[in-house]
Amino acid sequence: MVFEGLADRLQQTFKKLRGRGKLSEADVSEAMREVRMALLEADVNFKVVKDFIGKIKERAVGQEVMQSLTPAQQVIKIVNDELTELMGGTQSRITISSRPPTVVMLVGLQGAGKTTTAGKLALSLKKQNKRPLLVAGDIYRPAAIKQLQVLGEQLDLPVFAIESGANPVTIAERAIEYAHSHARDMVIIDTAGRLHINEELMQELKSIKNTVKPHEILLVVDAMTGQDAVNVAETFNNELGVDGVILTKLDGDARGGAALSVKAVTGCPIKFAGMGEKLEALESFHPDRMASRILGM
Amino acid sequence: VGYATIDDEFLDDVEAVLLSADVGVHTTAKLMAEIKSGIKSKEIQAPEQLKPFLQTKISAILAEGATPDRLFAAQPPTVIMVVGINGVGKTTTIGKLGNYYREQGLKVMLAAGDTFRAAAIDQLEIWGQRTGAEVISQFEGSDPAAVAFDAVQSAKAQKADILIIDTAGRLHTKANLMEELKKIKRVISREIPDAPHETLLVLDATTGQNAINQARLFGEAAPVSGIVLTKLDGTAKGGVIVGLKAELHVPVKWIGVGEGINDLRPFVPEEFSRALFADK
Ligand SMILES: Nc1nc2c(ncn2[C@@H]2O[C@H](COP(=O)(O)OP(=O)(O)OP(=O)(O)O)[C@@H](O)[C@H]2O)c(=O)[nH]1
Ligand SMILES: Nc1nc2c(ncn2[C@@H]2O[C@H](COP(=O)(O)OP(=O)(O)OP(=O)(O)O)[C@@H](O)[C@H]2O)c(=O)[nH]1
Ligand SMILES: [K+]
Ligand SMILES: [Mg+2]
Ligand SMILES: [Mg+2]
Repeated sequence: MVFEGLADRLQQTFKKLRGRGKLSEADVSEAMREVRMALLEADVNFKVVKDFIGKIKERAVGQEVMQSLTPAQQVIKIVNDELTELMGGTQSRITISSRPPTVVMLVGLQGAGKTTTAGKLALSLKKQNKRPLLVAGDIYRPAAIKQLQVLGEQLDLPVFAIESGANPVTIAERAIEYAHSHARDMVIIDTAGRLHINEELMQELKSIKNTVKPHEILLVVDAMTGQDAVNVAETFNNELGVDGVILTKLDGDARGGAALSVKAVTGCPIKFAGMGEKLEALESFHPDRMASRILGM
Repeated sequence: VGYATIDDEFLDDVEAVLLSADVGVHTTAKLMAEIKSGIKSKEIQAPEQLKPFLQTKISAILAEGATPDRLFAAQPPTVIMVVGINGVGKTTTIGKLGNYYREQGLKVMLAAGDTFRAAAIDQLEIWGQRTGAEVISQFEGSDPAAVAFDAVQSAKAQKADILIIDTAGRLHTKANLMEELKKIKRVISREIPDAPHETLLVLDATTGQNAINQARLFGEAAPVSGIVLTKLDGTAKGGVIVGLKAELHVPVKWIGVGEGINDLRPFVPEEFSRALFADK
């Protein structure tokens, strides 16, 4: 399970801390050094780690904590608070527009899991009695349109595609018209994977955004991403404005630092977690539960 | 950058560069220790000597034990199996590799061993058209080992020089899927005893420390003979391979630098270690 490695490390540290009666500043420093290592090993961005540790130290070495009857308990509570905060507090959902269709656009790096997630989201909305339309906005990757069409078939949901030469902006625009005329109340636009530094393709996303004004732009992020996650998320957010993040591949043993980092640098909440390749494998993300799980509380 | 002396602040910055390149805490700590002993022994005397010092160390780790390309089978076909977790760039790499061998005048065949992911077969077929390589395929849902068997038979019958077998992306933690991979390998070896002659593990350069677990567990299922590091055209540096190489000794053979057919390069340790410090 994702975060397991991080959870083990942090819990070991806290066990040691609990074993002590009074805490000295050196005890807290030593614990924080271990927390820092654990976070870095979990791929949390090193700048995020620095800030995080700084905040905890500041709160932990205060009078109240050090002179309380259960100093270790207090330190752990501070870490728990800060970690929950770092992960975004409470659960965030996607906005459903009062004037359908609600338009959702999925964006992200190559191979992050956008197309699969589009299918997963569509299934989850279908189960909530919505009428989703999938839109094949990736005209570049070999067989990307076909991939979405296969998923649409599996889900028995329509897929809007224009196979001959239309650009993604036109495709998105026509898809909205189609949704109106066919009473589809949710539009999920798949887009091609792209590097955040590819200006031309980032411009394409902006044009889609300006044309169809999505209610939700969701950044799909692979949970195994390392330090680069913050560059990617920051750039997508600055260029495009991101409403939420979907973390994928949480069914592996990634330590999940990308999750913590992306939220910290962009402020964008993590809304869903991809837990497998199958279309049922999408869960909503609960930062508070996740933080407690990591800390074993 | 602009440091007069090697002080703590300077060393902190060097550490930050390594960490932000995904070199990882352990390997970074080891490299920092080498720097400190380099300073002690006066091998490093000024800040500007530090980068070259580190680059040399890192290149040495990456170059260590690099075998000459033992790719070619005594008798064709040479079978290459491509494995890795989901979405790292296996199928694309196969397209590029196929093209590389075709350009050398070799007869290349591809096998659509990903029978799971939606339209994975169509994707490989498009790469087959682009490279002029025949693609052996069955249909979505069929047994990948059967596809591999067919492909080896066809490659032998049609005297192909190179057969490259695509496999579905799978997480290294999923035991049943790793068993499936072993089965594919067994079927290949049964047909040609020393095949697969090369098993390439594809790693995504944007991946953090998890790449080490990936390499370890894929290596246990199907002895990996080389690594392909993809997506180095982004801002990720792929520094995790330094620690990975030190621990598992599998050489990186190729890098992916884009989505196009020509975006495959041989791995050059010196270039890679230079790029770790680019724009810093
Ligand atoms: N294990 C696992 N695999 C996933 C998950 N989400 C997606 N995948 C797999 O990841 C791979 C890439 O998924 P895609 O949906 O094609 O990714 P994409 O972002 O659309 O890729 P591009 O369009 O090429 O940029 C596929 O093999 C998916 O089956 C997940 O949550 N867990
Ligand atoms: N920028 C960049 N993108 C790449 C590179 N290699 C592959 N890609 C892209 O990454 C995405 C996934 O590539 P695939 O070849 O489908 O990956 P895969 O490992 O076969 O994926 P699955 O079969 O779903 O597990 C596609 O959008 C590719 O175009 C690379 O070197 N650089
Ligand atoms: K990826
Ligand atoms: Mg896609
Ligand atoms: Mg593939």
